Amino acid sequence: MSVFDDEYVVRGRMDSNVLVVDDSAAIRKILQRVLRQTGMAIGAIHEAGDGQEALAVIGQHPVNLVLTDINMPKMDGLQLLASLKASQQFRAVPVVMITTEGGEAKVSEAVRLGAAGYVRKPFTADQIKEKLTGILAPELPL
Amino acid sequence: MILQTLINDSICAASANVFSTMLGQELARGETSLEAGTPEPNDGVVSFIGIAGAWAGTGSISCSPNLACRICSQMLMTDVSAVDAEVLDAVAELTNMIIGGVKTDLEQHLGPLGLSIPTVVYGRNFKTKSAGQHEWIVVNFLWDSEPLTVKFCLAPQDRTLVHHAINHTAETHPYTIEVSTLMENSCHQQ
Repeated sequence: MSVFDDEYVVRGRMDSNVLVVDDSAAIRKILQRVLRQTGMAIGAIHEAGDGQEALAVIGQHPVNLVLTDINMPKMDGLQLLASLKASQQFRAVPVVMITTEGGEAKVSEAVRLGAAGYVRKPFTADQIKEKLTGILAPELPL
Repeated sequence: MILQTLINDSICAASANVFSTMLGQELARGETSLEAGTPEPNDGVVSFIGIAGAWAGTGSISCSPNLACRICSQMLMTDVSAVDAEVLDAVAELTNMIIGGVKTDLEQHLGPLGLSIPTVVYGRNFKTKSAGQHEWIVVNFLWDSEPLTVKFCLAPQDRTLVHHAINHTAETHPYTIEVSTLMENSCHQQ
């Protein structure tokens, strides 16, 4: 798929596709809403309930950013991060951890594995926007 | 600082923070008490998360079905009138954030702790019990006159279990398994 295909180009400009990974459907829904509210150029938002599902989704849909929880069944967020960074194909995709895990050990582990950012739950829309600024391009005026 | 005071203060701060940030609501604090391990019958929605590590225990949140629906409605900005999977998921995530906040506070004093994935029960006249004889710290809150209760118990693990517990995943924590087993046996779904 090229960058000129529909999934990349929405409303005539380059939008970023995002994969939201969380075992809570409620959080996935909230993050979708928050992403739309940031004013950033967001294209398709894909969802996954755990790390394994996320790897399957990212293999089928190109994404420019992954937002992931840490504590999840089957494959947790740190394992997902490690898998993506070990992959030639996906290592450049920035991964931001969004989690209740605020302990120094988890943050250090995420940074060591190559996380682009870390947001603690509960979060505000402004916190998400601030973290994503610099990772995603701001929305351009039409 | 006495551990009970630390836990109590942490529960209050985490609960207020989660409600104001995720629901845009203020939570009025009620009384705090200590409760023995003897189970009392429950009605409504109860959510549990296990804490694992050198110190281990359980955190729980309970509320009425009506309040659970309100929490979900406010959190997801949608209208909900009956307890369904979405409501249970919202209460589970609320529990995850509140107990996760308490856990993060406690880690500064007790070292690394693990957090399990939440389990939520909805029913009438059911009892739950964790293994062990530890007291629960019970903090009561009110949201528009509707009670919401946060409970937490924590105890040091046996010396011989400390190393094992630290290297164990939170999902297999014995408290979680025990609670889940009892709930399956004693929960009467509506």
